[in-house]
Amino acid sequence: MKSISAFISGLIFGIGLIVAGMANPAKVLGFLDIAGRWDPSLAFVMLGAIGISFFAFRLARRNRFSVLNGLIKLPAKTEIDWKLIGGSLLFGIGWGLAGICPGPSLVLLGAGEIRILSFIAAMLLGFFFVNQLNARINSQ
Amino acid sequence: MHIDWELFTPETALTGGAILGVAVAILLLLNGEIAGISGIVAGLLRRNNAPADIQWRLAFIAGLIAAPVIYSAIYFRPSINLTNNLWLLTSAGLLTGVGTGLASGCTSGHGVCGLARLSPRSLFATLSFMATGFITVFIVRHLLASTSL
Repeated sequence: MKSISAFISGLIFGIGLIVAGMANPAKVLGFLDIAGRWDPSLAFVMLGAIGISFFAFRLARRNRFSVLNGLIKLPAKTEIDWKLIGGSLLFGIGWGLAGICPGPSLVLLGAGEIRILSFIAAMLLGFFFVNQLNARINSQ
Repeated sequence: MHIDWELFTPETALTGGAILGVAVAILLLLNGEIAGISGIVAGLLRRNNAPADIQWRLAFIAGLIAAPVIYSAIYFRPSINLTNNLWLLTSAGLLTGVGTGLASGCTSGHGVCGLARLSPRSLFATLSFMATGFITVFIVRHLLASTSL
């Protein structure tokens, strides 16, 4: 059951990205190109997504339990540190270079854009580096 | 600043965003998990993961990959314009993996879920990646493009 609902959520998420235009890197770069011919559409994607999610999180906080999987896991971290800021700054550079973030990269793979595998493989390598780094920090 | 009204699609953007919100709500309220894509994928690489944990992550990813196939079958093939430059894609992927790994979140985890639950941490993350996103495109399209590079 948990895998079925996760699959459906992923499917709807992917369709949302496609409808929104986020699965098209050119559209994303048009949003990031504030000094050129700016396309502000993606601000409306955030507005729509946050608008619905806001109520989902309010409900989650009130109910505390999920339907299929016990306690709802909400992120516990609150500190604003160098990993958060530095990591986000690095990610933004990557996002600006190609117009792709993690969700759309998987949608692009499904759309048959085979060269996105280079992005995905490099992203996995990046996750692996960070895992190793975190393991080292935690063992100290 | 010059808005390109021909490219501007507020209706589909808002609709697509709302669909994303529904997906976030399903994963949160049924599975009790945050729909942050970098976190879902990176969680696969953790050591000693329970099989059930691996399963839902793979199922979510399979849904994302199936989305364009199903969308194309019942509607039309979405327009996609992706660079051919493999070095650019590889560098962008590495920066994305290291960056979202360090920050524990990307556009979905911080930009949508984090902002929706009013997390200050996610606000700082979102402002940070937006800032370098804007700056990077400015450098690539307006500074490098106007020189002989």
